[in-house]
Amino acid sequence: MAAHPDVVVVGAGVVGAACAEALTAAGLRVTVLDRGAPASGTTAAGEGNVLVSDKEPGPELVLAQHSLRRWRVLLPALREELGPELAEVEWDAKGGLVVATTAAGAGSLTAFAAAQRQAGVRAEQLAPDRVGELEPLLTPGITAAVHYPEDAQLHPVLAATTLLAAVRARGGAVRAGVAALGLRRAAGGAVSAVVTSAGDLPTAAVVNACGPWAGAFATAAGAPITVLPRRGVVLVTGPLPPGTVRHKVYDADYVGAVASGDADLQTSAVVESTRAGTVLVGSSRQRVGFDDTIRVAVLRELARKAVALFPVLADVPVQRAYGGFRPYAPDHLPVIGPDPRVAGLWHVTGHEGAGIGLAAATGQLLAELLTGAEPHVDPTPFRVDRPAVLTGAEVRA
Amino acid sequence: MTPEADHRGRPGPSTGDAGAPQVTVDGVAVTARTGQTVAGLLVSAGRTSWRSTRGGGRPRGLFCGIGVCFDCLVEVNGVPDVRACQRLVADGDDIRTAPRPRPAAPGGPAGDGTRTGEA
Amino acid sequence: MARLIAVVGAGPAGMAAALAAADAGAEVVLVDAAPRVGGQYHRQPPPGLADQHAGPGFARLEAELAGHPRVRHLAETVVWALEPRPGGHRLHLRTGPADSPHRTARVLDPAALVLATGAHDRALPFPGWDLPGVVTAGAAQALAKGQRVAVGRRVLLAGTGPFLFPVAQSLIEVGAHLVGVLEANRVGATAAGWLARPAALLAGRAKLPELAGYLGLLARHRIAYRTGHAVLAAHGTDRVEAVTTARLTRDWRVVPGSARRIAVDAVCVGFGFTPQLELAVAAGCDLDATGTCVRVDIAQATSTPGVFAAGELTGVGGADLAAAEGRVAGASAARHLGLAVPVPRAALRQVRAGRGFAAALAGAYPVRPGWRSWLTEDTLVCRCEEVSYGALCQAVRQRAALGGRVLRLTSRVGLGPCQGRICGRNAAELAEALLCRADQRPPLTPAASARRPIAAPIRLGELATTPTEPSEHGFASTDPTDRSEA
Ligand SMILES: Cc1cc2nc3c(=O)[nH]c(=O)nc-3n(C[C@H](O)[C@H](O)[C@H](O)COP(=O)(O)OP(=O)(O)OC[C@H]3O[C@@H](n4cnc5c(N)ncnc54)[C@H](O)[C@@H]3O)c2cc1C
Ligand SMILES: Cc1cc2nc3c(=O)[nH]c(=O)nc-3n(C[C@H](O)[C@H](O)[C@H](O)COP(=O)(O)OP(=O)(O)OC[C@H]3O[C@@H](n4cnc5c(N)ncnc54)[C@H](O)[C@@H]3O)c2cc1C
Ligand code: FES
Repeated sequence: MAAHPDVVVVGAGVVGAACAEALTAAGLRVTVLDRGAPASGTTAAGEGNVLVSDKEPGPELVLAQHSLRRWRVLLPALREELGPELAEVEWDAKGGLVVATTAAGAGSLTAFAAAQRQAGVRAEQLAPDRVGELEPLLTPGITAAVHYPEDAQLHPVLAATTLLAAVRARGGAVRAGVAALGLRRAAGGAVSAVVTSAGDLPTAAVVNACGPWAGAFATAAGAPITVLPRRGVVLVTGPLPPGTVRHKVYDADYVGAVASGDADLQTSAVVESTRAGTVLVGSSRQRVGFDDTIRVAVLRELARKAVALFPVLADVPVQRAYGGFRPYAPDHLPVIGPDPRVAGLWHVTGHEGAGIGLAAATGQLLAELLTGAEPHVDPTPFRVDRPAVLTGAEVRA
Repeated sequence: MTPEADHRGRPGPSTGDAGAPQVTVDGVAVTARTGQTVAGLLVSAGRTSWRSTRGGGRPRGLFCGIGVCFDCLVEVNGVPDVRACQRLVADGDDIRTAPRPRPAAPGGPAGDGTRTGEA
Repeated sequence: MARLIAVVGAGPAGMAAALAAADAGAEVVLVDAAPRVGGQYHRQPPPGLADQHAGPGFARLEAELAGHPRVRHLAETVVWALEPRPGGHRLHLRTGPADSPHRTARVLDPAALVLATGAHDRALPFPGWDLPGVVTAGAAQALAKGQRVAVGRRVLLAGTGPFLFPVAQSLIEVGAHLVGVLEANRVGATAAGWLARPAALLAGRAKLPELAGYLGLLARHRIAYRTGHAVLAAHGTDRVEAVTTARLTRDWRVVPGSARRIAVDAVCVGFGFTPQLELAVAAGCDLDATGTCVRVDIAQATSTPGVFAAGELTGVGGADLAAAEGRVAGASAARHLGLAVPVPRAALRQVRAGRGFAAALAGAYPVRPGWRSWLTEDTLVCRCEEVSYGALCQAVRQRAALGGRVLRLTSRVGLGPCQGRICGRNAAELAEALLCRADQRPPLTPAASARRPIAAPIRLGELATTPTEPSEHGFASTDPTDRSEA
């Protein structure tokens, strides 16, 4: 029987995997649990964009900028450690192209990009008539365009499974099909074990990385937090000739949709190709609880906006539609840090529509906080002990 | 290719088929039969493959015959990704098969996918 | 639309369901992708060629449907999506030439739904199975019955189950030279052999003369029917030119030294059927323990209120059973609308007997695990995305790809245009075997892999303008593209 793990990470999505990777890199013994198959939750629904373009100046942009840098260091290091096959995550620094199609949209996009430049983002304003050089098949009716060369893409499930492979290679364990049901606490109140569907697992530290289900586990652990699901649906076309869509292209209302807390359906076309030749059309945002029905009305809106951006897509068959639940906190910021009520319990969740991109910096930050190292980003905005996360959590969780 | 010749099933274009659709296959004029599918037309003309895969350039033709495998895709009237086994020929249809592309790199498999009948 | 019942699929099951429901007083819309009713079993050749297969039974059925005042047949119409709505379901339809971007859209809100979407052949992978000229047994059958065309000149038929017999018959009829019929299971080559179960003997008595007829036909044409044999590999460059066949052990491993090479220009393979589950899964219907069929009760009701299922969708048992189930499902759907419907006792009896027979068939013609030993590293498992067995193993072992979704996303198996319809079941079984070997829990969920919200192809431009609410009368009855088959 192996010694007890130093840390148990609950949830083997990309966020839990990144935490486990960083913790094992710091020399800790880690066990990762997932009640299903690792990387089969929200992570399997993610489009894999690693973006700075959609973020306004503020703490999330700072975390995103760190995460971009971190992925660029981490991936080559993992390739050294695991070999090229196992470290393959289809990283593609393709760049983002944000366009506006109305006069009003042009003004706000231009102002948004200017503010991002102040915050250190590379945001290159393009003359509308030069956009065709980057995307020849884009609609000609463009009123403004900004190119974000830093935006990248990776394959979320490959990324998560690569991170978990590193955990295993360093002696950690990844256990599929094991649900965390609650915590055992020592006399002083600190965590002593995780109660699981496969028995108790003694440990002094537990990381709640349950994605949109983090609220439920937090409640089971006796320390409720408010994390809610926000439905997102993606359309996938059949394979297209290379070069049909070259960047990640989206209309500027995407930025509004990301920032909004509205329950009503919001869509904006985010169009990009994958290495397999398919084009992904994402994504919708809707608060419908955990209802996983795929609605034709939602698909229609995605299709309509995609065809408006790329008229050539009209004749392309739709191959698939799928969805997931983005985990979000009411103030739309990730939750990363120790629980203020239960010593030894940590929460890492709430990454909403950006968890794939933010995972690298998030894992690093959690490991720094947990081991007492100097954090590379200011953790204050993400702390658990903030009103949006704790207020009313008892009732809402 | 001699699509009018019918080396396979017994009857050729039936004499009673007054409204027999006139179509073109890769630019060649062909008389089809009413009620014939594009796959039925191609197979009765002796073709076994009419498309190649994106990855390995492997030849593909009919496989499931009932619209589930998507092996048999052709272009009809400028629209790609039409299942030949499901699509009925209509008068005036311009049917395009996708011949096997030339090998991307030297040393690849010979790209002679335009071969049609075995005669 | 309080009295509207939608029946999806106009095969033996759907036709029977439509008539039963309409006879009980319901308004019925019978939807099928094909230009004519009949499904797989009653597939008809194009007009102008002799209707050799249209037995008097089918002709009467077709006429009865066409003449029924309460049945409306929407031909060349696919249901591409099904979504729940309060108190029922909403169907999204497209009518017109297959895969055309210019089809007519319709939205239906039926009060009850009968799903009779049938099944497609199961094909097992083996080296060379993706060469042109290798087709499913059903493809050869559809081509022979529907187009009067033989898939090749020298044809080998292989697989398992009694479906090989009607396919052999059709191939002979269209003039193919059948070089042999290989049955992988080692059941006796006589009728008594595969009906050696008391229950089945009783239930399948009606089938005995039919089977004897097929065996006689093969004998007359001097066509060998070999049990315990299979095609292990297909050879050729641009098309199949030869196959390797071999004798199999009981669990389908190759008997050493039994391999034989045969020159052919076509191979037809069929290893049973896989039900078309997407609409049933979209309607939230529970599947049976095997995860491949819709679970129904004695009234053909699924676990979803107001949704009934019949035919191969609920288990593979042939056209007669499908039709009997359809009669029960149609009556149940009408009763669901509040119509007074007598209990369809005769049909219920036929269903019960037919299920016994189907269970015996399934027991006599299983797919046995030895097929996995036919694969080599470079055998394609997924034809669309060209994923080899080696690549699949790598994803399972290296990436610990456990769940179906993760297996798909890491290996790309099932992510191509067919969306796993051909490879999904095979890939799941292969992965499961690898995982058992690695002593890990395999949380593979077949229902999840049958989840295809886009149930039939639709183009982005069509989707962009698709109506989301039904028109006033549920469907536009004046549409010129509507036709109830002439
Ligand atoms: C449609 C869509 C598109 C998106 N596109 C992008 C994008 O382009 N870029 C981007 O950065 N982000 C994107 N996202 C967001 C991103 O997918 C998420 O932020 C991210 O995957 C969250 O990862 P996670 O590890 O926190 O959650 P998950 O991946 O959901 O992982 C949580 C895991 O916890 C497990 N679990 C839950 N409860 C328990 C328990 N009690 N015991 C054991 N295990 C448990 C679950 O099984 C699950 O595997 C998108 C999201 C959606 C829905
Ligand atoms: C290719 C093939 C050929 C066969 N030939 C024979 C044979 O010759 N003899 C024999 O005994 N058995 C044959 N079978 C077995 C046969 O399936 C059954 O015995 C019988 O036809 C089953 O009847 P069913 O009504 O359940 O389904 P089917 O006859 O398969 O009918 C299902 C119908 O549903 C329609 N459908 C499915 N999904 C949709 C959708 N989303 N929208 C609109 N329409 C839809 C299909 O077009 C089809 O017509 C064949 C099977 C296959 C796959
Ligand atoms: S042959 Fe399978 S879709 Fe046409």
